[in-house]
Amino acid sequence: MAKHKTPLLDQLESGPWPSFVSDLKQEAAKRAKNEKGLELQIPKDVVEDLLGVLELSYKHGKTHWKHGGIVGVFGYGGGVIGRYCDQPTMFPGVAHFHTVRVAQPAGKFYSTEHLRKLCNLWDFRGSGITNMHGSTGDIILIGTTTPQLEEIFFEMSHNMNQDLGGSGSNLRTPADCIGQARCEYACYDTQDLCHTLTLEYQDELHRPAFPYKFKFKFDGCPNCCVASIARSDMSFIGTWKDDIRIDAEAVKAYVGGEIKPNGGAHAGRDWGKFDIQKEVVALCPTGCMKYENNKLTINNRECTRCMHCINAMPRALRIGKETGCSILVGAKAPILDGAQMGSLLVPFVEVNKDDGYQAIKDVVEGIWDWWMEEGKNRERLGELIKRQGFQKMLEAVGIDPVPQHVKEPRSNPYIFWKEEEVEGGWTRDIDAFRKDHMR
Amino acid sequence: MAFVSSGYNPDKPMENRISDIGPRHFEEFYPEVIKKNKGKWLYHEILEPGILVHVAESGDKVYTVRCGGARLMSTSLIEEICDIADKHCNGKLRFTTRNNIEFMVDREDKVAPLKQDLQSRKFAGGSFKFPIGGTGAGITNIVHTQGWIHCHTPATDASGPVKATMDVLFDDFQNMRLPAHLRVSLACCLNMCGAVHCSDIAILGYHRKPPLLDHEYLDKMCEIPLAIAACPTAAIKPAKVDFKGTEVKSVAVNNERCMFCGNCYTMCPSMPLADRDGDGIVIMAGGKVSNRISTPKFSKVVVAFIPNEPPRWPKTTEVIKKMVEAYAKGANKYERLGEWAERIGWERFFDVCEIDFTHHLIDDFRDPAYYTWRQTTQFKF
Repeated sequence: MAKHKTPLLDQLESGPWPSFVSDLKQEAAKRAKNEKGLELQIPKDVVEDLLGVLELSYKHGKTHWKHGGIVGVFGYGGGVIGRYCDQPTMFPGVAHFHTVRVAQPAGKFYSTEHLRKLCNLWDFRGSGITNMHGSTGDIILIGTTTPQLEEIFFEMSHNMNQDLGGSGSNLRTPADCIGQARCEYACYDTQDLCHTLTLEYQDELHRPAFPYKFKFKFDGCPNCCVASIARSDMSFIGTWKDDIRIDAEAVKAYVGGEIKPNGGAHAGRDWGKFDIQKEVVALCPTGCMKYENNKLTINNRECTRCMHCINAMPRALRIGKETGCSILVGAKAPILDGAQMGSLLVPFVEVNKDDGYQAIKDVVEGIWDWWMEEGKNRERLGELIKRQGFQKMLEAVGIDPVPQHVKEPRSNPYIFWKEEEVEGGWTRDIDAFRKDHMR
Repeated sequence: MAFVSSGYNPDKPMENRISDIGPRHFEEFYPEVIKKNKGKWLYHEILEPGILVHVAESGDKVYTVRCGGARLMSTSLIEEICDIADKHCNGKLRFTTRNNIEFMVDREDKVAPLKQDLQSRKFAGGSFKFPIGGTGAGITNIVHTQGWIHCHTPATDASGPVKATMDVLFDDFQNMRLPAHLRVSLACCLNMCGAVHCSDIAILGYHRKPPLLDHEYLDKMCEIPLAIAACPTAAIKPAKVDFKGTEVKSVAVNNERCMFCGNCYTMCPSMPLADRDGDGIVIMAGGKVSNRISTPKFSKVVVAFIPNEPPRWPKTTEVIKKMVEAYAKGANKYERLGEWAERIGWERFFDVCEIDFTHHLIDDFRDPAYYTWRQTTQFKF
């Protein structure tokens, strides 16, 4: 018998899509039975109360959670978010219900051994409710009490070789796409770069020293499956400098209909026979492809690496061999001054594992130095770039301006010339001026 | 329940402390076939909706079965996922950026039993635990935020509208009839933990009433200068207010300047915005993050407000369904929703999606607004 009636939530149990309500109910039942005989460290009916408070929100059309207090583990300024219910008497099980962010492995690959350990720990010391995963990428453990926080951290760090993730004005837990682990488009090893930088910048991740949050995301190619260009202050997008590799035989096979275009992605509808001219050549944004006399050619110098032709014919076309990544900066969601997409800062940098990615670290640290010096409280990097100007950033990190930095040059001539750029400087004598120009 | 110590000694927090170790190394968790062929994949193919094969230079193949999942997940369900991975996949699995679960096997004959196993598992309420799909030119899982289950600033729920929407779009999770893939995202307030601003279709929680002012506690609970500085439109100023005969330090809000972003509430718990009638959903459309063919785009606001209608948000899902159907009917192969809208013109988009255009949809927020008005005589009737 459920502790709270949930007539509204119950309506979310039907339909084909996995029902979180059914899942919460099965978890509530599991805790009630407690077949493993655990000495549960937070209230047994915590999930019942979670369902209860959520039902109340469905009734009221409003949340019943309060701002977090300052809770955490010793020496870290992030990783735990305090959370309290605003109806603690009605729902005592979730009166204190903090979130723990757990650093996810790059690529989000897991062994069941690791996941089971995490589940056991969370059943014992928490609510048994998680997010797999949070928006930034962490494993999110939803709901525990303050005395459990150090215990959870101790068990994770001692028994699971597992650390917490980031929150607050820190480097947030970096995230990456599947990359070379299982994708032929990946131009660099996203997992290795993500993991290496995550370890390199543990201090920045755990101890708030930034003006505001800072996110790294790693996309192996311009398809941007982890949305780094929209969602990270610093976005690393795989690219290449040389030629797209063409397998002429495979091109023929696509044209002849032996291979389904786009890896079979359009199989749910009859789109007719594959037409390489219409579907590939004509859709190329730069018009750098030709299909003549049954032969596909690409003027690679004019290619902007949009990925369409490669996506459409993955068995015939492959990314180049001289690979690396582009670095874009300043993406963020709309709050406060409108959304920003990442802006291109470094058109191309080698992703060099052998020297520990030094060239990339130099860019990262240059940007951080500037932002930590100039950024206001709660000002994202993108907002600082807008406030001070793109040139200021280039100057601060020592990168020379190139036409690739802009979509188009400015259409106003209001250039903030610097004195040293103007012959003779700005110090002039009004009397000398008046000798030639009467008042 | 008695407190059970992990071994942590609160009197000596630094004793045996292990910190700054980061996540586990990814290689520990790779399936064998992934470890062996990393960086040497030649091509992939979607064999059927939700099932992919990747072929390596070595001739090895990895078969992936992709399942949707509610990202809000119990340890019971995670343990069930582990059981499946132990039974079929040598104890390895992965999650995708969009909250899908991927089970990988190294031989084709292992696919059918895995598929059958996944399809057979249902929750007590009748929904699938592991629906297979989410590949190619269809709709994959919705990325979303916490909503009413765990957040203090939401203007709508997250898991509920997502469940309701995915139920309505379920067929398109399991077939690939659309012109291109279509990404739906949900953020339960403007903070956009879910960063929905570049999605084909975005569901965004929004407040419409300026903050309430809890004068009695405001100065005690908040740093007034921080609350004032948090306002992007400078609508908040310090004020001395008479509270039951005593003068208290508080703030005053110029309601006409409020854009309901909730940033003040983030800084000051004595300025809550949440309201049953004020809060609801904004629908945005036409964004994308991929650089394919056209450059990445922001989503545009196409419906200014839909009231919260728990538990199933019928008006929201109806509008979304209409957009998906209009897009499916009108777009060219490979064309994303935003590219289609730009090709036919946004005036035509509202027409074919049967969405009313209202004054709310004309941008009036700072400089970028001008660039969204029409500076040409080219338009469609």
